[in-house]
Amino acid sequence: MSTRVQTQGRLINRDRPVSFKFNGALMKGYQGDTLASALLANDQMLMGRSFKYHRPRGVVASGSEEPNALVNLGEGNRFEPNQRATTTEIFHGLTATSQNHWPSLEYDVGVVNNLLSRFLSAGFYYKMFIHPRPFWKHIYEPFIRHSAGLGKAPDAEARDVDRYEHFYAFTDVLVIGGGVAGLQSALTAARAGAKVLLLEQTAHLGGRAPVDGGTIDGMSPEAWVEKARADLAAMPNAQIRTRTMGAGVYDHGYVLGYERLTDHAPEVAGPRHRLWRIRAAQIITATGAIERPLSFAGNDIPGVMLASAVRDYLVNYGVSPGDRTVVVTNNDDAYRTAIALVQAGLKVPAILDARPQGGGALMDEAKALGIRVETGAAAVKVKGAKRVHSVCRGVQAGEGEVLEEIFCDAVAMSGGWSPVVHLWSHCGGKLNWDADQAAFRPDHTRAPTSHDGQAFVIPSGAADGAFHLSDVLQNAVTAGQTAATRVGAKAGDAAAPAATAPDEAPLVPVWMMPQGAQKKLRMKAWLDYQNDVKVSDVQLAAQEGFESVEHTKRYTTLGMATDQGKLSNINGLATLAHALDAEIPQVGTTTFRPPYTPISMGAIAGEARGEIFQPIRKTPMHAWHEANGAHWEPVGHWRRPYAFPRKGESVHDAVNREVQATRKSLGLLDASTLGKIIVKGPDAGKFLDMLYTNMMSTLKPGKCRYGLMCTENGFLTDDGVVARIDEDTFLCHTTTGGADRIHAHMEEWLQTEWWDWKVWTVNATEQFAQVAVVGPNARKLLEKLGGMDVSKEALAFMEWKDGTLGGFPVRAYRISFSGELSYEIAVPANLGRAFWDKLVEAGKEWDITPYGTEALHIMRAEKGFIMIGDETDGTVIPQDLGLDWAISKKKEDYIGKRAQARSHMTDPKRWKLVGLETLDGSVLKDGAYAIAEGTNENGQTNTQGRVTSTYHSPTLNKGIAMGLVLNGPDRMGEVISFTNGDSPAAKARIVNPVFFDPEGEKQNV
Amino acid sequence: MSDVALALGGASFDGLVKIEELAGQGMVTLRGDLTDKAIVKAVKDVFGVALPDIRETAFSGSTGALWMSPDEALLLCSYDEAQAKADELAGKLADAHALVVNVSDARAVFQLKGSLLREVIAKLAPVDMSPDAFKPGMVRRTRMAQVAAAFWMDDASTARVVCFRSVGEYVFNLLSTAADTNASVGHYSS
Repeated sequence: MSTRVQTQGRLINRDRPVSFKFNGALMKGYQGDTLASALLANDQMLMGRSFKYHRPRGVVASGSEEPNALVNLGEGNRFEPNQRATTTEIFHGLTATSQNHWPSLEYDVGVVNNLLSRFLSAGFYYKMFIHPRPFWKHIYEPFIRHSAGLGKAPDAEARDVDRYEHFYAFTDVLVIGGGVAGLQSALTAARAGAKVLLLEQTAHLGGRAPVDGGTIDGMSPEAWVEKARADLAAMPNAQIRTRTMGAGVYDHGYVLGYERLTDHAPEVAGPRHRLWRIRAAQIITATGAIERPLSFAGNDIPGVMLASAVRDYLVNYGVSPGDRTVVVTNNDDAYRTAIALVQAGLKVPAILDARPQGGGALMDEAKALGIRVETGAAAVKVKGAKRVHSVCRGVQAGEGEVLEEIFCDAVAMSGGWSPVVHLWSHCGGKLNWDADQAAFRPDHTRAPTSHDGQAFVIPSGAADGAFHLSDVLQNAVTAGQTAATRVGAKAGDAAAPAATAPDEAPLVPVWMMPQGAQKKLRMKAWLDYQNDVKVSDVQLAAQEGFESVEHTKRYTTLGMATDQGKLSNINGLATLAHALDAEIPQVGTTTFRPPYTPISMGAIAGEARGEIFQPIRKTPMHAWHEANGAHWEPVGHWRRPYAFPRKGESVHDAVNREVQATRKSLGLLDASTLGKIIVKGPDAGKFLDMLYTNMMSTLKPGKCRYGLMCTENGFLTDDGVVARIDEDTFLCHTTTGGADRIHAHMEEWLQTEWWDWKVWTVNATEQFAQVAVVGPNARKLLEKLGGMDVSKEALAFMEWKDGTLGGFPVRAYRISFSGELSYEIAVPANLGRAFWDKLVEAGKEWDITPYGTEALHIMRAEKGFIMIGDETDGTVIPQDLGLDWAISKKKEDYIGKRAQARSHMTDPKRWKLVGLETLDGSVLKDGAYAIAEGTNENGQTNTQGRVTSTYHSPTLNKGIAMGLVLNGPDRMGEVISFTNGDSPAAKARIVNPVFFDPEGEKQNV
Repeated sequence: MSDVALALGGASFDGLVKIEELAGQGMVTLRGDLTDKAIVKAVKDVFGVALPDIRETAFSGSTGALWMSPDEALLLCSYDEAQAKADELAGKLADAHALVVNVSDARAVFQLKGSLLREVIAKLAPVDMSPDAFKPGMVRRTRMAQVAAAFWMDDASTARVVCFRSVGEYVFNLLSTAADTNASVGHYSS
């Protein structure tokens, strides 16, 4: 059984017991434990069930590479699935449950899949469930979804209660990884004068060195690490962040760091995670290496662990995985585990070394401790169910004949080490296959390059394939120097600290154990624990023609899901290479993509939640609208009142009331959101002639003109009224959503095409509050306020004037989007609310009625005015809308002119704007299609038009609509049918789109 | 001017830094070639400051100028004087190619006070806020989270942030969230 031993445990504090719950059972650990070490200390080796076969699985690793020990962590609003027990620091009150089993971890019915495993081979889902087609949706998929899958989704009603934030940081040199290599690289670069930021994903610096031993500068690695930390802390140009993972490396030295602030201490207030958005001139990836499993039968039985993990649990947490541990290896490093176990008083019945010659100094040390070493040996299979029972020894060169059964309760395996090249590779760093170490290593001549073509990522230490302690430190110094010189600092000190560690004999690559294992053994030799991919699956995929490693990955699911194949990658592609009779470098690796391990959605969202999820733009009158019951409508980032329903009044009734009150007497609209762009310069007129389809340069100062803007492709993109302020200056109104976009459009043309034209623009939208005073009594209200002459003679339709009204400095425009007598009055934004209040107060005698966007829409539709976004959708040109009158024939050019001459744009069959009037007065459905004869080649009903705007008109008391119809303007009076949801088609007559006051008499008074 | 109707009515928050919505700030946008001698002289005459270099500020008492782009400056003065100064500057530049607009009402202005203002800003703006990269006398026209913003430092522990008026509440809430007492980063040595 696994248990806590009385010695060791450098990372735990035995004076601070911590209690937590796993699957409802109360357990005890110590401060500093990971969930995995604490579970092992409680003899909870079984931590989950596998994805496909529901095989019992225990923890196999001790770090972020762990594929098996994934748990549901927390409850309710803090519930998170797929959390790695190996990287979860325990805290008092932690609750975790195991995943992927039913009804319980111990007794799982899904294990039946295991018995059927011969039928669940590679590509099984593709082959088995494809026919008959309807079975997939109704039978196969529900079954698979029930039996497969990892953690549970959080409850639909749960809401993350934690806070998150971003932080932008800039540094010369970013070091990712705080092991001895990262620390040394950071020291070298910082001492050379570079600004250095070091990230370490765990809570502790030093990486593996304190566990693996040796000496640095005559000190224990642990002492050296502490000194390095203190030295860095004393330098003002160096920073260290623990519990912060370098998650991804992106173009031009952009790096995401994932800081976990309170995962280990949820009682601490403040953000839970912080996403570091880092710009680094140079990035040093000191990301270490990951040990590879060995592919022998039964290598997934709980109790089979990586040799390094066994050593970590013992040394770091004082936990033994078993009393009797057999070590299986192809290299010297695993001997360290055997030595550590024996020195802790535990038994190592044998070391099975696949190498015929065995190892070097470490083997001698093990033998001196009395440990039995078998060379040229193999673990033919591990026996056991929920726990290791024994190892069957054979010869590595053989096919699986069992020579001896060795009883044990744990197995420590090592297939060699793979440098963690993920971050090197994220942005395009290439790899070379190092046959001697049987590992992919960064190719320094093919590093990721930045905007200037220069390399910006430098691997350091084990991540660069340097494994001996002295090589690690020398490599790290070189990395630090390279980074320093590249950022313009001095080269710095080239001397690496003196390190001692035993010399190691070379490893022998072992991709299958024993090398000639029969099929029965291969079918129990797991490559990818998380996805239940076995050696036999990859071999089958190769046999079926999946030669590309990327295809094999997707066919077999090798290297997918939350661990992204950190353990399985190299073993899998070596197996594939072997099956294809190819060399490993020819097969290559799958693509390494960020993030290195999954990061939380909360960290990505950062501060953007609740009231700051998205900016909400508010006009100066927003608070009045809110206090007066506005029913809101989002328009761009603005919130505009849709209507102002009174107590007990429906929104629909409110809209009708607002329209009628405005048409009969007096309405008030907050028009502050409309864009107001000032365009000035000697070439301003020429510029606006290019921007608008109609002529603006001929507009007289003091006058207004409605204009249309198109894109280069001729499509209508915005509209609004232009006022000429003086000879050189225009004010262009845009739509509410268009202000920023149109301002950018103007600047783009001025900066890229017409850079020599003398034109300046300023977006002054927010400088002014703007109020539309609308209705037959509009002038009376303004006259009551007094201060300027607003008579027809002094301020005619489509004119503007500066003056004062009721003591407010104003610019009044006589423009109308409703067809009524109407003034739009601009005042400085800070006076907007006071001016609005004054109008509301003074307008009482005419029953002044503030109205919202829906009343605005209805009144413009009654007048047949188009609305950008309703009548236009990015495919409509002004000619479609009968706006030919607003397209200058005299101008040589305007943006969109040439596009509008294309054959498709001049096609007489383009649908054109008409009014639509239902025969029974009902309202057509928005977006409804006009039905034509027959069906198309897909058997769908043919169409001949569609509805673009549709309303109930309170003024006319019937449904009115606008729509684009084939040959529409030539078919006045014709009745056509429209789709009507599930109801029978609706009949409507084609009419003039101007339903109300076609002569425009009401607005021009 | 105390009776200006501010976007937030003078909101404040006390956390890692003290955040206050400032009373009306006169602001005049100048579009023009900032190296044009006539423009430089006119600004000097009206606002009493030389036009600043790239990403820098120039102040003289209550007036000042912020570099916004090679052809745009934001000129500062008291709220009450803004329209008159804008008119005066426009008058002096009648023969030059320039556009002068009073934008005093278009923006909300916040003051951040406290030694941790660098990290509060660095949570929201993609700007190097380290003391060697950003110091008093500099300005950044950038964004804060999802909206445009600009800021400068008046001294080592005081910064001013401007944003558009309509998003004043959003920016105030952003700054307050970033300045949560429990959310200190501890990244900058000073």
